[in-house]
Amino acid sequence: MTMKQKFGMGCALLGAIGFAGAADAADQITFVSQGGAYQQAQTVAILDPSAKKLGITINQDSIPDAWPAIKTQVGSGKPIWDVVDTPTGNCLRGGEQGLIEKLDFSKIPNGAAMPEAYRSPYSVSYEFYSSVLSYSQKTFPKDAPNSWADFWDVKKFPGRRALRNHPFATLEAALMADGVAPDKLYPLDVDRAFKKLEEIKPHITVWWTSGAQSAQLLNDGEVDMEMAWNGRVSAVAKEGAKVAFTYNQGVLQSTSLCILKGAPNLDTAVKFLNEAVDPVHQANLPLHIDYGPGNPKAFETNVIKPDRAAQLPSEPANAAKQALMSYAWWSSPAGEAAEKRWASFMQK
Amino acid sequence: MTVSDPSQKHQRREHWLMLALVSPALLVILLLIVLPVGWLAWQSIYHDGFTLENYRRVFTEDIYWRSFALTFEISLAVTLIALLLGYPVAYLANSVPKGWSILILSLVVLPFWTSVLVRAYAWLALLQRSGVINQFLRYFDVISEPLALVHNSFGTVVATVHILLPFMVLPLYATMQKIPGDLMQAGASLGASPSLTFFRVFLPLSLPGVLAGCTMVFVLCLGFYITPELLGGGRTVMVSMLVSRNVELYNQFGAASAVAVVLLVSVLAIFFVVSRFISLDRVLGQK
Repeated sequence: MTMKQKFGMGCALLGAIGFAGAADAADQITFVSQGGAYQQAQTVAILDPSAKKLGITINQDSIPDAWPAIKTQVGSGKPIWDVVDTPTGNCLRGGEQGLIEKLDFSKIPNGAAMPEAYRSPYSVSYEFYSSVLSYSQKTFPKDAPNSWADFWDVKKFPGRRALRNHPFATLEAALMADGVAPDKLYPLDVDRAFKKLEEIKPHITVWWTSGAQSAQLLNDGEVDMEMAWNGRVSAVAKEGAKVAFTYNQGVLQSTSLCILKGAPNLDTAVKFLNEAVDPVHQANLPLHIDYGPGNPKAFETNVIKPDRAAQLPSEPANAAKQALMSYAWWSSPAGEAAEKRWASFMQK
Repeated sequence: MTVSDPSQKHQRREHWLMLALVSPALLVILLLIVLPVGWLAWQSIYHDGFTLENYRRVFTEDIYWRSFALTFEISLAVTLIALLLGYPVAYLANSVPKGWSILILSLVVLPFWTSVLVRAYAWLALLQRSGVINQFLRYFDVISEPLALVHNSFGTVVATVHILLPFMVLPLYATMQKIPGDLMQAGASLGASPSLTFFRVFLPLSLPGVLAGCTMVFVLCLGFYITPELLGGGRTVMVSMLVSRNVELYNQFGAASAVAVVLLVSVLAIFFVVSRFISLDRVLGQK
C-alpha cells in the first residue's frame, strides 16, 4: 500500500467513526460523578442497569469537585456533560445562576413521587451520607458520647476532638449542642452557632479537611471523638479499629442529580435522570457501598434487607434521629455569608 | 571590516544557534507560565468590568493579614532552622575527602526522590499522639501526657525544614567549595586559632552562599501548601491555602489570583532586595 492509499484509508476510517458517532448521538449521555469506589458502586447498581433498560450508552466521567467545571463548561456555551452527580448545594446554586436546567417533573415520575424535601426545581436526591458523631471505643468502652451536647461537654467526656474545617454540618452540630432541636435548625442562628463553636475551639486538636484525614485520625487514635462521614467511620471499623458512631443528631447530607444548561443530549438526560432514581436501582446502591439511597421508596422494595437498612443514613428510623441539611439555606445569601465567616473564625 | 572577521562571524552564528536551541524551552515557559500567570493576574482585576474588589478584600480583611503574617513568620523560622542545620552539613561535606563529601551530599539529596506527600505523612507517623516520638518519651517516663507535636505550626515547621533543607545545603556547599583552602592555612600560619580563622575568614567568605540558601528556602516556603495543609491541623493557614480556599469560597479565580499576585509581588520584592547584595545568578545556582 502506498503512503497515499494509507492516508486515504485513514480518512475513510475517521469519517466512518465520525458518522457512527453522529448516528448514536441522540441515544447517549455523559454522566459525571466523583470517581473511586463510589462511582464503581453506582456503575454496578444504577448506571449499567439504567443503560440496559433505556437502550442508551452512558459515557462516564469523574471529577472530585464538579462545580468549577460546570461553570466553565456552561460559560463556554458548549457543555460536553449532560448529567452531574454533585452535592445538592451545587445544583441549587447552579440553578439560580442559570447553569443548571430547570426540571420538568411531569417527565420524571420517579422524582415527582419523592417527598418534597428530597428534590428541588433543579435536582433530585441521588444518595445520602451523614455527618455523624464518631468515637473511639477504646477511650469510651461504655457511656460513649451520644449527642453534640456530649461532644461539647469536655468534663464528662475528656479526650481529644476533631471537627471538619468547614461550616457545613459543623454549625448545625453547634446549634444542636446548644439545645436547638434537629428539625428546628433552619434558618441557622449563625451568631449563636459561632458563639457555641468558640466554646469548643480550644479543645479541638484537629480541624480536618478531607475524608481520608478524618478516617486516619480515628484509625490512629489521634483523636477520641470527631465529626466524620458515616461511610468513613464504618470503613475504619471494618479494618478492625475499635471505633463506632451514632446517627443521633447526625446531619443528613446528599448529592443530587442535575442537568447542565444546554446539555448536548437533554431529552435522553431527562430519561436517564428519571431512571437513575428508580426505587429498585436506588435500592441496589447500598448493597455495594455505605451510602443510603436518595429515593426513600427504595426501602419499600425489599431489596435492602432490614439489618442492612438499619446501617444506612437515610433509612427512615435513622433519618428521623437526624437533621436534614437545608441546601436551600446554605446557598442563600445568609448561608454564603456564614461560609465566608468561617475563615475568620478559624484564624482568630 | 568586523563582519568578515571569521571569528566574529562564528561567534554570531553560535549566538543564533544557542537561541534556536533554547527557543523550545522559552516557548514552553511563555505558553505554560507567562501566559497563564498573566491571565490569572488579569482575572484578579477584571470580572464583568474592572474591579479592585479582590485587592480591597486582601488589604482590608484581617484574615489575609493574619495569613500573610503567619506565612512570613513560618518562612523565617524555617529559614533560620534550615541554616543552623544546613551550615554544619555543608561545612562537613566541604572539609572531608571527596568520597565522603559525595556520600554526605547524596544523603542530602536522597529525600528528593520521595514525594513531599509521603514525607509529610511520615512526619505525621512520627509526631502524632500515638506516634513514635510520643510513645518513646512516654515509655521512658520523660513525659506523662503526649506532647502536641503536630496539627499546629510546630509540626508544619519541622516537616517544611526537612523538605527544604537541600535547598540550603547545596548553595552553601557550592560557595564553600570556591573558598581557597590556603586562606585558612594563611590565617593559621599567622597564629590565629581555628575558630578565629573560621569566624574572620571562612564565615564572611561563605556569606553569599548563606544569602543564596536563605533566599531559596524562604521564597519556596512562602508558597508551601502540602505540609501546612496536612500537618497544620487546620489552624495554620498559609497564603497558598488561602488561594485554594478562595476558589471554593468565591467561585471565581479572581479572588484567588489577587492573593497569588500579592504573594508573587512580595517574592519579587525579596528577590529585588537580595539582588542588591549578591548577583541573582548565584541564588539560582549558577557560577
